[in-house]
Amino acid sequence: MALLLTLLKVAIAIAIAMASGWLFRAALVAITRGETRKMLRTAPVSAGFGMLVVFVYVFVAVFAHVIAPFSEREIVGAQFLPWDSTHLLGTDNLGRDMFSRLIYAARNTVGIAFATTALAFIAGSFLGLLAATVGGWLDQVLSRVVDVLMAIPALVFALLLLTIFGTSVVKMVIVIATIDATRVFRLARSVAMNIVVMDYIEAAKLRGEGLFRLIIREILPNAMAPLVAEFGLRFCFVFLMISALSFLGLGIQPPTADWGSMVRDNASLITFGNITPLLPAGAIALLTVAVNFVVDWSLHRASGLKE
Amino acid sequence: MTETMKNGGVLSRRGLLKGATALGAAGLILPASMRKAMAEPKKGGTLRIAITGGSTTDSLDPATWSELFVQVFAACRVNYLTEIAADGSLVGELAESWEASADAATWRFKIRSGVTFHSGKSLTPDDVVASINHHRGEDSKSAAKPIVEQIKDIAIDGDTVVFTLVAGNADFPFIMSDYHLAILPSADGKIDPATEDGTGGYIVDSWEAGVNAKVKRNPNYWKADRAHFDAVELYSILDSTARQNALLTGQVDVIDKVDINTVGLLSQAPGIKILATTGTQHFVFPMDYRAAPFSDNNVRLALKYAIDREEMVQKILGGYGAVGNDHPIGPGDQFFAADLEQHAYDADKAKFYLKEAGMDSLNIQLSAADAAFAGAVDAAVLYSEKAAAAGINIEVVREPNDAYWDNVWMKKPFCASYWGGRPTPDWMFTTAYAAGAPWNESYWDNPRFNELLLAARSELDFAKRKDMYHEMQMICQKEGSTVTPMFASYVMAHTDKVATPDQVATNWGLDGFRCVERWWFA
Amino acid sequence: MTAIWTMIAKRIGLGLLTLFVISIIIFGATELLPGDLAKSILGQSATPETVAAFRRELGLDLPAHIRYFNWLAGAVQGDFGTSLANKRAISDLIATRLSNTLFLALYAAAIAIPLSLTLGILAALYRNSVFDRAANALALTSISFPEFFVAYILIFFLARTGLFPSMAQVDAQTAFGDMLYKTFLPALTLTLVVTAHMMRMTRAAIINLLASPYIEMARLKGMSPGRVILKHALPNALAPIITVVALNLAYLITGVVVVEVVFVYPGLGQLMVDSVSKRDFPVVQAVALIFAAAYVLLNLTADVLSTLSNPRLVHRK
Repeated sequence: MALLLTLLKVAIAIAIAMASGWLFRAALVAITRGETRKMLRTAPVSAGFGMLVVFVYVFVAVFAHVIAPFSEREIVGAQFLPWDSTHLLGTDNLGRDMFSRLIYAARNTVGIAFATTALAFIAGSFLGLLAATVGGWLDQVLSRVVDVLMAIPALVFALLLLTIFGTSVVKMVIVIATIDATRVFRLARSVAMNIVVMDYIEAAKLRGEGLFRLIIREILPNAMAPLVAEFGLRFCFVFLMISALSFLGLGIQPPTADWGSMVRDNASLITFGNITPLLPAGAIALLTVAVNFVVDWSLHRASGLKE
Repeated sequence: MTETMKNGGVLSRRGLLKGATALGAAGLILPASMRKAMAEPKKGGTLRIAITGGSTTDSLDPATWSELFVQVFAACRVNYLTEIAADGSLVGELAESWEASADAATWRFKIRSGVTFHSGKSLTPDDVVASINHHRGEDSKSAAKPIVEQIKDIAIDGDTVVFTLVAGNADFPFIMSDYHLAILPSADGKIDPATEDGTGGYIVDSWEAGVNAKVKRNPNYWKADRAHFDAVELYSILDSTARQNALLTGQVDVIDKVDINTVGLLSQAPGIKILATTGTQHFVFPMDYRAAPFSDNNVRLALKYAIDREEMVQKILGGYGAVGNDHPIGPGDQFFAADLEQHAYDADKAKFYLKEAGMDSLNIQLSAADAAFAGAVDAAVLYSEKAAAAGINIEVVREPNDAYWDNVWMKKPFCASYWGGRPTPDWMFTTAYAAGAPWNESYWDNPRFNELLLAARSELDFAKRKDMYHEMQMICQKEGSTVTPMFASYVMAHTDKVATPDQVATNWGLDGFRCVERWWFA
Repeated sequence: MTAIWTMIAKRIGLGLLTLFVISIIIFGATELLPGDLAKSILGQSATPETVAAFRRELGLDLPAHIRYFNWLAGAVQGDFGTSLANKRAISDLIATRLSNTLFLALYAAAIAIPLSLTLGILAALYRNSVFDRAANALALTSISFPEFFVAYILIFFLARTGLFPSMAQVDAQTAFGDMLYKTFLPALTLTLVVTAHMMRMTRAAIINLLASPYIEMARLKGMSPGRVILKHALPNALAPIITVVALNLAYLITGVVVVEVVFVYPGLGQLMVDSVSKRDFPVVQAVALIFAAAYVLLNLTADVLSTLSNPRLVHRK
């Protein structure tokens, strides 16, 4: 019976998600014109849902100070208060309002995650494509440097950078982006290796196209799909990496809230069936699923499939 | 809730100067009156304990011991000259008795006869001398070197070892109970630091650094009424949730350092008992006395009034602890100055002292990492929130856990730190509050305090000594450079199959490391 | 084919060079990091004299380059020396832990790789269907959780009910079947952590090719969608899949310290963390080289397999 009830709840949740995705897409179609409108019409409901979630997150992040009932650092009462009308999701281990902290965490982490991933992709994919296109010694040098960077244990690497550069949000972004960029490089290079031997690349070379034009106009579009798929995942890994780094003392400083650290701080409660840590974890998961639903759609478009 | 809060043991000085002979030579360690009150221990079973602080870099060398895993492992296999009993009094272990000269500068320890090592070798005074010398001298790399530096000379007189000290120290026998000063077998005046041998209640079966240690009962153990288990298995489990799970799934019988966030939930689990002891462990925020703004006592007082101690005990310690009064002597200590005014959160007073210092507001940084103590960063955040009301803006700086004691402690002007505590006020004050002491973390220097410290050390009259310690606690509280908000209990948990004595030691966790000797299966 | 062999030989040579560079970097890092062995072992009780005595005895007072070359001379002859902290031979310290780490990595990989490839292919085949969405949403949710959190949830459901042990206590005497049983939860945790990445990449790489003319051709010939994907799309989509599989395998060997800690499993990760925090340089160096070798070998294998998967690359002009 309990199982049936749970299944029912899940079914209702999915139905609501689909309906809201459909509505959001309809709304977008209504307010856009031309090409964008045509494109949005073809979006699957899942992508509509994904866009809605991303929109809500961005909205929450921008207007956190308006939405949140309390400040992220204010101690409002005893620790671990139950959910009620004042404290919608109760309080955390220091007696701060959980709901407000979740909202502020969106502001603090979504931006950082986006900046980090974007940086990693710009650097990693450009160098990867460059290495595959030019080949020869440049490829060897870049690939071996990446080998070295990847092979330094993450702990030593993080501590080393921390020691050299100190801690701040900007430095943390650079550290994570560097680590991620090595993985993106490997992927971009291996995808591009298959493309550079294609006849149309040969043709383009013979046409006398410049290196950068070649990379951006000919190779990048054909390597886009795996890179976009990777982007969707790397984006989510950043949240987890922030939590891992803040464990070492590098990262976002207290009392600033971030989801990864909120999961870590409350994780032990799950061993007693208390779902508090599922809230920040769920916030990350929902965003990950949403972003990747949008990614799937763009993947589909990039592949040129018409079905 | 099934839990027992046990208050700080009283450090008895009775029988200290004229050793443990009164307690009987047969190794009956606890006073007779206490023994009757206890349930009769039973023999047998394999005790499995999950302990934190184990590392793959752990070593058998007593000079390097510093974390709980090796400390409990040591309690299995070795003995010391003296032992701090569960009630906080000092009793003889490998020393049968001891006596001091009138100036407390010469100490004679009579070594127990008939004790053998696991290898079969008999314990001799030579072993004692070699074991203590391991920590002394130019080349010593022992963590215990500072406490044995006061020994000028060690000599053997028949079955007695004679320590000559640089200056009188009435607490010297307490020093000999320090967990580093294990008595190991010697050859040619030296111990082998890598030996697994010892005189303790259990013999080492296997040991894998950072993983586990397995020991079995020593059939020839000289203490007839101790070491009740057939075997003991120690598991190194670093994650507090993993320790809890191991206990809940029945894979271990005892765990140390229960996660404060979930201790309430754990105590409701069937068959689980929480055991908490409040002793000398305390958490502190030392301020650098040498530099502005902390060189001004008004600023120090403002900071002492700007911290909410009650809230910290509730939120950081989960209620398992007691508020501190800005000096390091715990409420269970017989020298505790109970009549001192208790410092409490008072934003107006803090503002007043800030004004006295000529300031309207104060901006400072507080460095913390959970390496200092569990919850240190959270404690700093709480401090910062409460101090804001008094115009003190504390910016919390989370420092890396890695190398915290190298990089931050005693380097940053205001940081978090902890003390496991010391069994005597002299030991504690000498370690962390005496001018020029290597671990005087606040660089505090108070002439009157320093003078009293020296005078009290060799003072054998109890009442006079008590007065001196009272004044020292007051100086610490009013002028000291350390904010001491709380004394933290050791919080452990065990299944209801494990029986503990009515009184559990408070000097360290796990019954002063001695749970392997003192506990049994019901 | 000889081109491939030359490439492998060249890469192995370069791999050794990479290892050498890494050993210098790791050594430099342990030098640069604040704190040293003496201080970290003595902790709060370090005094200048005891630290100095410690350093003298361990030879830490020698200049850095001399210590590095002493270490290198030993390492080249296969002697990695002894741990500075407890004087045990590093080969002893590492042997059982390395086999534990490899066992867990292979165990997790044996579940995760077939699972994610199958799911990825099915998701590409039934793209945009309910199955595709559900499989993706589940996999994505499981990687959105930090791995220790996944572990706690599994322990809550599978260990607290008594099905599996929460502590993966193994030693040299543990029988193979028992090993599989005791390490099931850590292996499952790791599977959940790595599956999504490989599955999504498989799906993306295949879908990326489905609009290509040769796939269209195959489809027009009346081939079933499943055969089209397995025979035509998959072989050409292998390069990115192999790269991502290699990345995840490397992660399973080098990055699982959190899972080791939660399940109390004695692997290399914990050894690495302990030695870094105690600045036990020879042990750090030895473990780091094992990790680095894993990366170099896996990247090399991935590159070779990617090349082999594309005839145009094998017969490059």
